[in-house]
Amino acid sequence: MSKETFHTLTTKAVPLQIENIDTDQIIPARFLKATTREGFGENLFRDWAYNPDGTKKSDFVLNDPRHYEGEHSAQILVAGRNFGMGSSREHAAWAIHDFGFKAVVSSFFADIFRNNALNTFVLPVQVSDEFLNTLFTALDSNPDLLITIDLPSQTISLETGEHESFEINTYKKTCLLNGYDDIDYLLSLQNEIKQFDLAHSN
Amino acid sequence: MNQPNTLFDKIWDAHVVKSAEGHPDAVFIDRHFIHEVTSPQAFDGLRKRGIGVFNTSRTTATADHNVPTKDQHLPIREALSRHQVETLRKNCDEFGVELYDLGHPFQGIVHIIGPELGLTLPGMTIVCGDSHTSTHGAFGNVAFGIGTSEVEQVLATQCILQNRPKRMRISINGQLTKGVTSKDIILYIISKISASGATGYFVEYAGDTIRGLSMEARMTICNMSIEMGARGGLIAPDDVTFDYIRGRKFAPQGDAFEQAVSQWRALKTDDGAVFDRELVYQAEDIQPMITYGTNPGMGIGIGEHIPNLSEIPAQELVSYTKSLAYMGLEPGMELLNKHVDYVFIGSCTNARIEDLRAVADFVKGKQKADGVEVWIVPGSVQVSNQAKAEGLVAVFEAAGFELREPGCSACLGMNEDKIPAGKYCISTSNRNFEGRQGPGARTFLASPIMAAAAAVMGRVTDVRELV
Repeated sequence: MSKETFHTLTTKAVPLQIENIDTDQIIPARFLKATTREGFGENLFRDWAYNPDGTKKSDFVLNDPRHYEGEHSAQILVAGRNFGMGSSREHAAWAIHDFGFKAVVSSFFADIFRNNALNTFVLPVQVSDEFLNTLFTALDSNPDLLITIDLPSQTISLETGEHESFEINTYKKTCLLNGYDDIDYLLSLQNEIKQFDLAHSN
Repeated sequence: MNQPNTLFDKIWDAHVVKSAEGHPDAVFIDRHFIHEVTSPQAFDGLRKRGIGVFNTSRTTATADHNVPTKDQHLPIREALSRHQVETLRKNCDEFGVELYDLGHPFQGIVHIIGPELGLTLPGMTIVCGDSHTSTHGAFGNVAFGIGTSEVEQVLATQCILQNRPKRMRISINGQLTKGVTSKDIILYIISKISASGATGYFVEYAGDTIRGLSMEARMTICNMSIEMGARGGLIAPDDVTFDYIRGRKFAPQGDAFEQAVSQWRALKTDDGAVFDRELVYQAEDIQPMITYGTNPGMGIGIGEHIPNLSEIPAQELVSYTKSLAYMGLEPGMELLNKHVDYVFIGSCTNARIEDLRAVADFVKGKQKADGVEVWIVPGSVQVSNQAKAEGLVAVFEAAGFELREPGCSACLGMNEDKIPAGKYCISTSNRNFEGRQGPGARTFLASPIMAAAAAVMGRVTDVRELV
């Protein structure tokens, strides 16, 4: 089934310099009650983004309108080490996607979140701790800094010239570039799976 | 002669349907558990593709995350929760999946009912759209949590595409001291290696301390493997495992059981098998544990103090300070004698009959402290019924503890059971994340008997002083 694809992205970025961000922060459990994939974006980082009375906190970095001004509206989230730990809720990736981010940059991702992000066509870009620091420092001095993520060449670069390459599983890269998903591949193995199932049933 | 192999690899290899160059392995799944939160969008995906569930006999559903813990015989009051449970009902009906719905004698938390029904067996591959699926690894199987796109994969094909994780072995040896339980073992390990220390790994727990634990205690350990980032945890099956499984509803019976046991005995890591990482701890070094921060790696022995700022690496200071501010705590403090408002005994980590027995043993003849609210939420209808039959309920009532109906409850507060903002809760659940038990709630994770001791004293207490 063809979905969207990911090739190259050049946008501003939102820096969220906090380590060990868990999926309960990305989307709290009380917002997991929808039965569709849409609409989670408004509750992204709900308890950090909103006051108890439902108004938006002006000092939360995601709420700064400058990130979304102009033609390079931020589609990249830059976050501290060990992003996406905790629950297996894919809703976390859906919320990030629904909000408008197409890539998350961190120096370490939790396993299930990484899979969920890739399945949602949000690219997790894992960089070194040093490069992550460079990014935070650069974004601190220039919030309008443009960042380019190039999936075909597996590089992330700042408009000031610093760059680093990142790893991605070859199969997943193909999926993102072409809009394939895992079920398409698994369905092509149906007959082998049926035989396996029969052989393993009592 | 075959190369020595790990238990994990033996099970994985036996389930690979296809291993193609440049692709993750297509791994066959023996048992798929589903619940109301992470399945609706997966069923929608099947509808869009015009396909059914690949093998309904390998899929089991229950309602657990959203269910109220009071008046479960009435319709769910909260509209969105009711809708999600009704959607599960409709989907299971349409696709022919067995559902243990509210009111069913087998209903309960998905990771509690699998083992107690004998659906969870050694040597299997098991997945569920819930990170604590690692619980089932206590039986010597490969069990892990997945996202909704993966739930859809498994419903559609009974397979999952996965890269093989690295292997870690964590051995615990020696004698546990008084008041120390399996919950303390796992909180201790996570505090040593951090909330991301096992990311990318599948962990085998070994050593004579682990061998000496009951099945329920082993499940608690495997349950929290995800809290150090591990994909899953497992323990080689032995007579303790086989005795637990014998006679359970869906387990093999009679001769078939004996035959199965003879095969299950081969499920162990060979001598000389190589792990990517090995860790060894001594049981005597473990105190009753408690967490002070906002991830499960932020734990200390009850006799220790919260780390001072000088003990924290520079790059972690921002997160550390934020975490303590959220908890209303200061660096260097002790947690002993800290006031608690709520006690929650429940969750897939610690809501089995053995946990309830331990709590009842401890509180027999004692009273909860004034001003503390104590909720006991059993993990399943069967646990609840057993607690009544064994007279535990009478003990709880006499102590002023409130016994509720089964579900995930205040572990993540998707139902009405939430800890109010700013209040302190000592909880037997698995996560102390910001807002996990309700917006602004402050959670201390601990063992069931540490929670019971806090309930009786109204403050964080070293359980060893009371046993």
